[in-house]
Amino acid sequence: MNRFVWIALFILGLLVPLVVYPVFMMKLLCFALFAFAFDLLLGYTGLLSFGHAAFFGSASYVTGHLVKNSGLTPELGVLAGTLFAGVLGYVVGSLAIRRQGIYFAMVTLALAQIVYFVALKAPFTGGEDGLQGIPRGVLFGLIDLNRVYSVGGHPLALNLYYFVFAVFCLGFWIIHRTIHSPFGQVLKAIRENEPRAISLGYKVDRFKLMAFVISAAMAGMAGATKSLVFQLASLTDVSWHTSGEVVLMTLLGGVGTVFGPLVGAFTVVTLQSELSSVGSWITVIIGSIFMVCVLVFRRGMVGELARLLKRPL
Amino acid sequence: MEMSFQAVMSQVMLGLNNGVFYAMLSLGLSVIFGLLNIVNFVHGALYMLGAYVALLGYTMLGPLLGMPDYHMNYWVALIAAPLVVGALGIGVERTMLRRLQKVDHLYGLLLTFGLALIIQGVFTNYFNVSGDAYDGKPEVLNGVVNLGFMMFPKYRLWVIGISLFVCFGTWFVVERTKLGSYLRAGTENPDMVKAFGINVPLMVSLTYGYGAALAAFAGVLAAPIYSVSPVMGSEMIITVFAVVVIGGMGSIMGSIITGLLLGMVEGFTKVVYAPASSTVIFLIMVVVLLVKPAGLFGKEA
Repeated sequence: MNRFVWIALFILGLLVPLVVYPVFMMKLLCFALFAFAFDLLLGYTGLLSFGHAAFFGSASYVTGHLVKNSGLTPELGVLAGTLFAGVLGYVVGSLAIRRQGIYFAMVTLALAQIVYFVALKAPFTGGEDGLQGIPRGVLFGLIDLNRVYSVGGHPLALNLYYFVFAVFCLGFWIIHRTIHSPFGQVLKAIRENEPRAISLGYKVDRFKLMAFVISAAMAGMAGATKSLVFQLASLTDVSWHTSGEVVLMTLLGGVGTVFGPLVGAFTVVTLQSELSSVGSWITVIIGSIFMVCVLVFRRGMVGELARLLKRPL
Repeated sequence: MEMSFQAVMSQVMLGLNNGVFYAMLSLGLSVIFGLLNIVNFVHGALYMLGAYVALLGYTMLGPLLGMPDYHMNYWVALIAAPLVVGALGIGVERTMLRRLQKVDHLYGLLLTFGLALIIQGVFTNYFNVSGDAYDGKPEVLNGVVNLGFMMFPKYRLWVIGISLFVCFGTWFVVERTKLGSYLRAGTENPDMVKAFGINVPLMVSLTYGYGAALAAFAGVLAAPIYSVSPVMGSEMIITVFAVVVIGGMGSIMGSIITGLLLGMVEGFTKVVYAPASSTVIFLIMVVVLLVKPAGLFGKEA
């Protein structure tokens, strides 16, 4: 990918809140990071996790709890959430990689359900209500994330936006570096032909587990940031619906493509905010997109475009 | 804690009652997985559909047909729901699942997941998420039976009996009859079975239809016990997935036994430490993954 493209995208990311509603952009960035984290597993390691909401959601609870009740600054809160998700990823990953293919998906789904029950019952999660009113706090004790700037008469929460954008860039960079490292090459080898990778002497399970931990931690970073943006950690964040949503975003955008998860997240988040009036019909719409994707559109939007242009995107 | 024999036994019996549902649903998943290599995520939604056929047949079908006094009989529902849902399943298999035979098995899971979302979404729009009670339980099955150690609801006893009959009947057909031998051969090597002149695509459709019908049958049986709600299926399917991971989808008898046992363990946990009863199956899954990763009856490499 051309260096100029990256710089142009970065500048676009800096300027976009002046044009687009920042809350929408922040939600998009959080879910895009979540989808990138997920795609590291599905697209580059060939593992379908159906329980990624466990990492997204638990990090969101941990960050929310620490920021709200222990007075942690936002950056430390997000760090704690990310680390927690990474550790949880280690536990879930070491169990799940003991099975393959379809069973892997079922195991991750079932383990995520344990996390859901904990979130429902544990004393500090607020049960059905979730954690509400999580303070955004003061970054490094210096920058007030609640501060609103008036640009052209519109109040914009730019401090918070740039914090979220920075987290997104960091997460994306980590995932991108992972994919394009020698480690990432081994992951692709496992995806393509696991027995061959084993016969070449790679300890496949350790690579899978490592990829799982990185993916879980990045999903956690996305969830932790989300809890600051919406000042809320709720059961929805840990539910299987959210696990399904991230699968859809990745599938719709294009599994194993550079921009697919971003495009997929953009599409799904836009649909959700545009169609918020239709209530639970949104589930029907999401389900239908899922089926259309699987039946006619398996490369996803970016994947199909890349095929037309005959170059990787 | 005072743990009387009676308290334990009654929870275990109630657990067995849940167990027969796990057994029937994981059995259906196993049969479908064997021949189609698809993990049927929509199984829970089909179970829910079965319960709704019974509920709506009782409350809405009469008024809809201009006969306000007509309530679809429980016994009729027990036949009608599997037929309707089974036919729906065959339609899904013919129009959609068939196109996924040549691609990665994960796509089958994703497609049926999408379908489950659609069905659940539609029902959530029209019905109460907290559930509706089904009032069509037949007179004969009201009341309790004295089992010697406890009084047990007659209806639940009927559910246990008929479910075990259906489960072991399925096992008998698959493992002990000629039809079943075609089915098992189709699982091993569909091309070879085709070469012997057996209509494999038809067999695949009917198998999927049977799995769907079984789920609907379980749904009708569940209707008088649990409240009928749009989310009853999704709650069920995740537990059944854990059951399937524990048992392995390789063996029919394995699915049945695992389902029954786990139901009873869940019931037993209710007496010993109630808060753990909703997670105990998942925790057992963790232990099985650690000790015997392929599952108790698994043949998977």
